Parts: sequence; C-alpha cells; structure tokens
Amino acid sequence: MLLFILKRLGLAVLVAFTVSLISFSLLFMAGDPAAALAGETASGEDIEAIRKLYGFDRPMLVQYGDWLVSALQFDFGESYYFRLPVSSLIVERLGVTMTLGVCGITFALLTAVPLGVAAAIRPNSIIDRVALFLSVAGQAMPSFWFGLILIVIFAIQLGWLPPSGASSPAHFIMPTIVLGYYAMPAIMRLTRAGMLDVLSSDYIRTARAKGAPEGRVLFRHALRNAIIPVVSLAAVQMGFMLGGSIVVESIFALHGAGFLAWESIARNDLPTVQALILVFSMFYIVFTFLADVLNAWLDPRMRSS
Amino acid sequence: MKQSSLRHTLAGLAIVAASGAAYAEKANDTLRVAFTKELENVDSYFNSSREGVVLQRAVWDGLIYRDPITNEYSGNLATSWEWIDDLTLELKLREGVKFHNGEPFNADDVVYTVNFVAREENGVKTQRNVNWMKSAEKIDDYTVRIHLKDKFPAAIEFLSGPVSMYPNEYYAEVGPSGMGLEPVGTGPYKVVSVTPGQHFVLEKNENYHDSPKGQPEITNIDIRTIPDVNTQMAELFSGSLDLIWQVPADQSEKLAEMGQFTVANESTMRVGYLSMDAAGRSGETPFTDLRVRRAVNHAINREELVNALLKGKSKVIWTPCFPSQFGCIEEAAEQYDYDPEKARALLAEAGYPDGFKTELYAYRDRQYAEAILSYLNAVGIETDFKFLQYSALRELNMTGDVPLAFLTWGSFSVNDASAMVSQFFKHGSLDDARDDQVLADLEVADSATDPETRKEHYTKAIERITEQAYWAPMFSYNTNYVFTKEVEYTPTADEVLRFTTMGWN
Repeated sequence: MLLFILKRLGLAVLVAFTVSLISFSLLFMAGDPAAALAGETASGEDIEAIRKLYGFDRPMLVQYGDWLVSALQFDFGESYYFRLPVSSLIVERLGVTMTLGVCGITFALLTAVPLGVAAAIRPNSIIDRVALFLSVAGQAMPSFWFGLILIVIFAIQLGWLPPSGASSPAHFIMPTIVLGYYAMPAIMRLTRAGMLDVLSSDYIRTARAKGAPEGRVLFRHALRNAIIPVVSLAAVQMGFMLGGSIVVESIFALHGAGFLAWESIARNDLPTVQALILVFSMFYIVFTFLADVLNAWLDPRMRSS
Repeated sequence: MKQSSLRHTLAGLAIVAASGAAYAEKANDTLRVAFTKELENVDSYFNSSREGVVLQRAVWDGLIYRDPITNEYSGNLATSWEWIDDLTLELKLREGVKFHNGEPFNADDVVYTVNFVAREENGVKTQRNVNWMKSAEKIDDYTVRIHLKDKFPAAIEFLSGPVSMYPNEYYAEVGPSGMGLEPVGTGPYKVVSVTPGQHFVLEKNENYHDSPKGQPEITNIDIRTIPDVNTQMAELFSGSLDLIWQVPADQSEKLAEMGQFTVANESTMRVGYLSMDAAGRSGETPFTDLRVRRAVNHAINREELVNALLKGKSKVIWTPCFPSQFGCIEEAAEQYDYDPEKARALLAEAGYPDGFKTELYAYRDRQYAEAILSYLNAVGIETDFKFLQYSALRELNMTGDVPLAFLTWGSFSVNDASAMVSQFFKHGSLDDARDDQVLADLEVADSATDPETRKEHYTKAIERITEQAYWAPMFSYNTNYVFTKEVEYTPTADEVLRFTTMGWN
C-alpha cells in the first residue's frame, strides 16, 4: 500500500510540474503580454519599456524558473488588473468556491448515490423512472436557467432565500442545489449501472445463498464494489466544480475563483490566469490522487496494478 | 443567440412572478446599487471603468466643476483660475476644506497630485487624461500654477472631469493600491469599506464643503457587483436593491410596463461607428476607394438601427465625435441617406458590380453588429464576421490589420471634440485614414486658445473626414436607469451616477 501511494505521489508531482510548464508557456503564446499591459495609448517605446520593466525580455526558461520558485512560495506576482497580489486575491475568492464545491459535491453524492442504489434494486420501477427523469432533466437544463428559476421561485415569489451574494449560509443554498444537480446525473447513472452489474454477479448470489441479511448484501458487498468508479468520477466532478462554477458564481453574484478566472482571461490578466490554472490543476491532481488511494483501500486488487 | 432569447423569456417570467411591492431601504437611509463590472481599483487614476468614474465623483473633487446640464464651469476645490500665458494656469484654492482623514487641503496636495499623475512612469491608466500637464508649482498655501506641456485649451474640461485632488501625505504613504483599498478624498461621500471588485460601502461626508456638486442627502450607499442583469432584476424585485443602471432596452421596456419602478433613459456620449481602412494598412482592400466608403455609408439604415435596436434617447450621428462636445459641429458633417440602390451603383462604379468580400470585426453589441452586417450584405458586401475581445481587437487595430470594424468610443465623458476626433485622426496607431489635411486642422484645433479658431478647424476636419467617408458614424448610445419609486433621481446625459443628487421620495 505504501509503495502504491509513493508511486502515485511521484506521478502526481510529475503531472503538476508538466501543468506548470504548460500553463506558463500557453499564455505567452496567446499574445504579447507587454503590448496587452501597455494598453490604450501606448507607443512602441512604451511597450519596450514595459517589456523591460516586467522582465519579458529575459530568456523564457529564466522567466519560468523565477515564476516557479515564487509560485512554490505562493507568490504569483501582482494582478495586472487589480494591482493587488494575486495570492491575496485567490485566497479571498477561493473560500467561496471551496464552500460551494464541497456543498455541491456533498449534495450531489447524498442525492445521487441513494437514488442510484434504489433504482438498481428495482429496475424499471417508479423509483427508477423518477431517477431517470431527474437525471435527464439535470443533464439537459442549463445551470443559468435552473438558477434563475430557483431565484424566481424562492427569492422573489416566496421570499425565503436571498437572491444573490455570499454573506450568510442561506446565500449558498440555491447555488449548492444548482451546482450539485449538474453533477448528480452522472454519479447516479454510474451508481445504478455499477449496482446492477454487481448485483447479478456470483459473489452476491453466494452472499444471499449463505443467508446474509439483504442490507448487508447491498451495502457491504455490492455498494463497496459498485462505488469504486463513482469515487473516481466524484473526484473529477469536484475538480470541475471548483474551476467550472463560473456560471453559477455569475448568476448568484458569488465572487469566487471560477468567475475570477473567467474574467481574468477576458482582461488579459496574465499572472492571475497562470496562478489560477496552476491552483485548479493542483486541486485536480490532489483529488485524483486521493481518489486513487481511496480506491486502493476499497479494492485491494488495485494496489498491485 | 439561443441563450439570450431564453434569458429574455426568463426575464419576462421574473416580471410576471414579481407580485410584491419593492421595499427600499429608506428606513435605514441606505441606497443599494448594483455594478455590473468588477472595478479594478477604486483609485480613479488606475481604472478605466464607468464604475470608477461614478466612485471618483463621489469620493473626490476636482479643482473645477462642470454643471452636467448647463455645461458651465464653476470652482470646486479652486475658487478662481486665470491663464497667465498659454502654458500656465494659475488657480486660487478654497480654504478650510479637509480630506476624509482630517488632512487639510492646500497647495501641497495639488502640487503632489499633479506632479505624481503627470509622470508617465507612475503609470496612470488613461494617459490622455493627465499627460497634457507638465508639473505644478506652489505660489503660496492657497495658490498654485499648473504648467502645461503644450497649448491645451481643453485643460479646464479635464480639470473638471478626470483630474481629482488627492491628499499628499496619505498618498505618498499608501500609493495607488493603498488608495484603492482605503480611498481618501474631499468628496461628498467617504468610503467605509472596499472589497476589491465586489462591494463598496460609502457614507455621507457630514463636513462636505460648499461645493457646486451640492450636499449629499442619502446617508449610506451600498454598492454590490452583480454580473448578471437578470439577477440584478431579481434583487430589485425582492427588495434588496434600490437602483440598477445600464439595463438593456428590452428589459427596461418590460420593467417600465409594470409601473412598479421608475425607468429613466438618458443618452450617453458613446458613439457607434464603422471604421474603414482607407489608408490600406491591412493590404489590398476596396476601402481605399472613396466610392466604396461612401457606398458603405449609404448602405446603413441608421434610423432603423436607432428606432428598432438602440431605442431610448439614442440619436443618429453623422459626426466623428459626440455633438455636445465642444468643436463637434454637426452642420459640418456630410450626411449619407439610406439608399441601397445608390450604394450598389457606387460599388459598381468602383469596379465591384457583384460586391466583394471583407472581414468585419466587432467587440461588443453583437446584435447591432449583426444588423449592420445584414445591411452590408444587402448591397453586395459579403462579410466574414469576427467577434473579438476588446483588447484583442485593439491590438489588431494598432498593427493596422483591420479592414472594417464596428467600434464605439465614449470619450471618457470629456465634453470636448479632441477626446474623440483627435484620438483617432492624428496619425496615431489607431488611425486608418492617415489624412495630412485632417492632421493639420486638428493640430491647430487642439492647441489654439481662441475658441473660434478651434471651432473653425474642427469644422474643417469634420468636413474632410465625412466628405472622404473615412468612417460611417451611426448612432449614439443610451443607458437605462431603473429604481424603486422611493428613490428620487434625475439621471444626466453623461452616464455618471451622481449620489449627491439622489434622495428619497
């Protein structure tokens, strides 16, 4: 197990390094950062002056090395747009995104897994149909539309929840539902398929034959095996939620990291975009790593592979 | 497109659903306002946003003030001013004014501010606002002289607009980023808190001097950034916002029909125009031919654009500037009636009987761009439509790679033609006409001190630009303000929210 973890860790570090290299170079390919910085009325001389000032005239590798060393100390330089340290911007906004992401994935898992199990126990029953309907609807509904519908009902008509903002836990209820609902269908379908598959396997028949109680069969024998792919999927979904909650953050005026990334691209705010790409990728890498470890713990066969 | 029509349906739904009355925060004397865009930095010299202008007018004061309705100048932090010579302006300062942090206002503040912003390396974002000043000099505690780099008759206009006075000791200590987080000015409102880009809380300055801006009435102003217009409307319906602005025309129309809110429309200085590569910077292009440029001008149905799309107080524009600006003489502009037949004939005459194909670039208002594109298609100009981010299009524009573009310019609300026509026709990197005659006239018009001479040469420049059809000026923009019935406010034509003129009904 330890060897497995070490191997995975080494792989994760390699991936992280590659990502940092790509994110660094990608943005330089997107255009001339000095010209973008100089803006409005800049002359050729101004652009050259800025190139020098920000050190864009140095060899690419030196710039990358510098950037990486500072990045490891969580220093990503100053945002071109806000003129504030990128790290403080990210810290300030990551809280909202993390809260939203954790709530969202929890909501998705708490609804999707039980529904998926229930649907698999009784295929083609009413429960299965309802679950299918919910997952189709969840997949088909654009989040901005669903979000606005919730606002119309719960904020305007009923007046129960605040329409937007992030100043109280109540502010997170609607965004959690919208974000979680988006991730729910895939998790539920995967749980259902996995359960169906496992429930028809030999060892479940054996477990039942030896007279194990149905609850024990379902949760100890079946779900533990069926859940393995779900764990991996949930880890990816979690990463996606952190970086991809742009629409939800925009609708509910939650100034999170996803929205910051989106806006920073449009503003040519190079340091912020680079830092966010790196931070988001780190989350992906960490979650995938944790999912691998969790899977190995759930399924001893994976440790040897 | 699909998305936006869905959104409109939804906005309609929201309106139907909104049955309750709006509850303004009149009881708490707090006006809650929404911004759409994240403001980069509250320090007014380090942002180029409309939102920034709004805060600038609330938190700081300029030396001079221009009445937004009469356009007359009066003293604000200065009480009088006088030109010593063409390059020296002497101002007498108001005594007894204090900054929000208690620092007294005097000549040292003016000297520090001017000397700081005028230095290019300090990086003021919009150089045009400040780069006409060379330095400032203290004569005594309440007298200063501002030295100009060159003759600049629009100086008074700029001193009443984007140039505001900062406290020298505080600014020297905290700099632009400190000023952005904890702004200190002399203005009618003090800043209580700033969450960068997201939330701004202002409080009435009880000791505001006797300024022509007037005394503030509302005690607290609470501004939140809400990027989605539909969410802003939802906040308005649920009673958690009192005022929204820059509301799109179709939504405002629906809101106006409800009768629950006050919907006010005002024009802005922003002009929408087509820019053509008359100088051929982008290589071989039909737009070097005058007949083609005139054909484009005849192809656009400006009336229809204004009536069907922009609506409100938008107007058809023929000038390469906004008509209220000094020197923007409307009569000087050649008008090209909507006449597709004539456009086709001109194209045929220029050697394009079957029209031609060109790239058309745009960066905002896709629906307007699409309407323009269909007018062009109708006379045989086939377009390869490219929609880019502003900064990307600007970069292309500067390198002269854009044959035809739908652009707009808001002049930073500076009421002088030099803020627009001189920005684009003085052979700078954005000039696709590169006309020496125009350049010569603008040189005189921009620097002459006699107003009549200025007008004469702006007239000549405008005549030449429109006769040569370098651009196809089309329309001015407008903006919609929607607020609860408890709020009393009359918006002005310069797209600046003025909290001092707001009150409760």
